[in-house]
Amino acid sequence: MSRLWVYLAASPLLWLTATLLAYQAGMWVFRRAGQRPIAHPVPLAVGALIVLLRATGTDYDTYFAGAQFVHFLLGPATVALAVPLYQNRAEVRRALLPMVSALLAGSAVAVLSAVGIAAALGASGETVASIAPKSVTAPIAMAISEQIGGQPSLTAAMVIATGILGAVMATPLLNLLGVRDWRGRGLAAGVAAHGLGTARAFQVNPLAGTFAGIALGLNGLVTAVLVPLLAQLWR
Amino acid sequence: MISALSVLLCCQLAGELVARLLQLPVPGPVLGLLFLFAVLLARGRTAETVGGTAQVLLGHLALLFVPAGVGLVRHGARLRMEWLPIFAALAVSTAITIAVTALVFQAVARALGPRP
Repeated sequence: MSRLWVYLAASPLLWLTATLLAYQAGMWVFRRAGQRPIAHPVPLAVGALIVLLRATGTDYDTYFAGAQFVHFLLGPATVALAVPLYQNRAEVRRALLPMVSALLAGSAVAVLSAVGIAAALGASGETVASIAPKSVTAPIAMAISEQIGGQPSLTAAMVIATGILGAVMATPLLNLLGVRDWRGRGLAAGVAAHGLGTARAFQVNPLAGTFAGIALGLNGLVTAVLVPLLAQLWR
Repeated sequence: MISALSVLLCCQLAGELVARLLQLPVPGPVLGLLFLFAVLLARGRTAETVGGTAQVLLGHLALLFVPAGVGLVRHGARLRMEWLPIFAALAVSTAITIAVTALVFQAVARALGPRP
């Protein structure tokens, strides 16, 4: 039995399989909870895996040797964001000026307010760098974070938390502000809360979802240019 | 699926190479996104090749950040010490971002005339 564990614990197969199973379990709970943003599968899967690593005394490097195969797909997934952008290019062209204005304003506010608040409340430099790209979709955010001296794994957690917060607060907040245009509402959800905001927007209205998807892709680009430039100015 | 993955990986590889060679402050995969967009504009048929695989990858985007999320085990001490600035920054900044984006879109759209 223990010899079996020695083999399993050292092979990438075990932790790759565990990652997929944990995510599937998270998805099951998410569907059971009526796809409410608060029951998102990622925190559930991450929590379950952390408990498992602790219980078996496995370190993160051993885990990552297996999970890296999933992690690797972040790059191709980022490239794939060009496809919905291309498919919706007619919508983008029609609302170009209001979209670009809102996108630039939203991108800048997302970064500056997060960095400003974290720094003002005494967060460390590395934490501030990790929090800067928090509104961008995970693969892009992690690449930005690494580039400006943040911790990609910390950024991944910030991105997920931001997505959940945004998905929960978007509808009541936008109602409060009296914004009725579905394009503007979707755009706001996509800029502030990336893929989770987009998934939420699609639940509410298809046009809002389309604009959220566009915002998610374009905000990734804008932030990827903006944050490293700001980081250079900061130093 | 294999040809779709080849297209995606070629764009990513080109992005990584250009970012490194020109020392651009943009992540390689983001440049790859731009390259793929340019390829799609130049040759619309590529969308059929890449479309299905792109949809699968983007449909399960959440799964892809589980391995990095587990990396939180390394940041336990930091989270215990800095949970307040982190939580406040995330919650307040997300609310401000939603409000500013939606209000700017609405203001500019209205200034340009009635809804089409």
